[in-house]
Amino acid sequence: MNILKELEREQLKQDITPFNVGDTVKVHVKVVEGKRERIQIFEGTVLKRQNGGIRETFTVRKISSGVGVERTFPLHSPRIEKIEVSRKGKVRRAKLFYLRDRIGKAAKIKEKM
Amino acid sequence: MEKVIIGKKLGMTQIFNEEGKLVPVTVVEAGPCKVVQVKNQETDGYESIQLGYGDVKEKKVNKPMKGHFDKNELGYKRVLKEFRVANAADYQVGQDVKADVFEQGDKIDITGTSKGKGFAGVIKRHNQSRGPMKHGSKYHRSPGSMGASSSPSRVFKGKKLPGQMGNVKVTVQNLEVVKVDAERNLLLVKGAVPGIRGSLVTVKQTVKK
Repeated sequence: MNILKELEREQLKQDITPFNVGDTVKVHVKVVEGKRERIQIFEGTVLKRQNGGIRETFTVRKISSGVGVERTFPLHSPRIEKIEVSRKGKVRRAKLFYLRDRIGKAAKIKEKM
Repeated sequence: MEKVIIGKKLGMTQIFNEEGKLVPVTVVEAGPCKVVQVKNQETDGYESIQLGYGDVKEKKVNKPMKGHFDKNELGYKRVLKEFRVANAADYQVGQDVKADVFEQGDKIDITGTSKGKGFAGVIKRHNQSRGPMKHGSKYHRSPGSMGASSSPSRVFKGKKLPGQMGNVKVTVQNLEVVKVDAERNLLLVKGAVPGIRGSLVTVKQTVKK
């Protein structure tokens, strides 16, 4: 089992910006268009972080032209250029699924000071 | 050179490839193996090589096997396997076969012993469907009809019935080598490989082209 753990450890990113559930983040994702590579920004609230180690993923939710959009990223993926925390949120849960049922002001998360 | 090697399944994990895509991989510790014997057309009537994998103490080896190993003084091996390769003459006795015979992107076949499931019914073993569990039904998980009545007056061979499932030799064809780690003798193979962790597997160049 040690070799498996070693293989996983080698791929872990060391320079991940710490962020929590409820934070508003900007995820810089590398997108390949034909042969050109460019960076796309996906901004939204972190809904959940799940699994651990190399398998860790996080889900970001945003409202795009009136429709809720959720995107799940592998945390250690090389496609993720960087993660910026634009606002820290104050939440009392690890999974913010209740945001899915709320619209507008009700879906707001208090800022952590 | 036709590529063959004996190895051990270490388990599954995931890696990101160069494109940044997530690939599920099975880690196989392949080799180091030694060529213990080379058979040829003249002396044996066919061409093949015999590979040895894993070291074992001298006292664990019985006399006939000891004689076989001592012939070329290669040390004692736990596993011996013979492979019919077209170009057996390219191999020499005592030659090391390591994971680096394979390259990234190679297509391979992997043979192993599948996980044993014990005596399994038709639903688990042959993917048949279940009958209703309620509403007066008396037909739940049984194999169903055995066939027609007075003609043919017997059950046809090959009728799918309960029995031992798993613990048989299974080959998975056309797997892709995602990465080769020559230092640690590792092959990272895309997808699943038969058997439990730590079980013996043989890796060959694929027969499909």
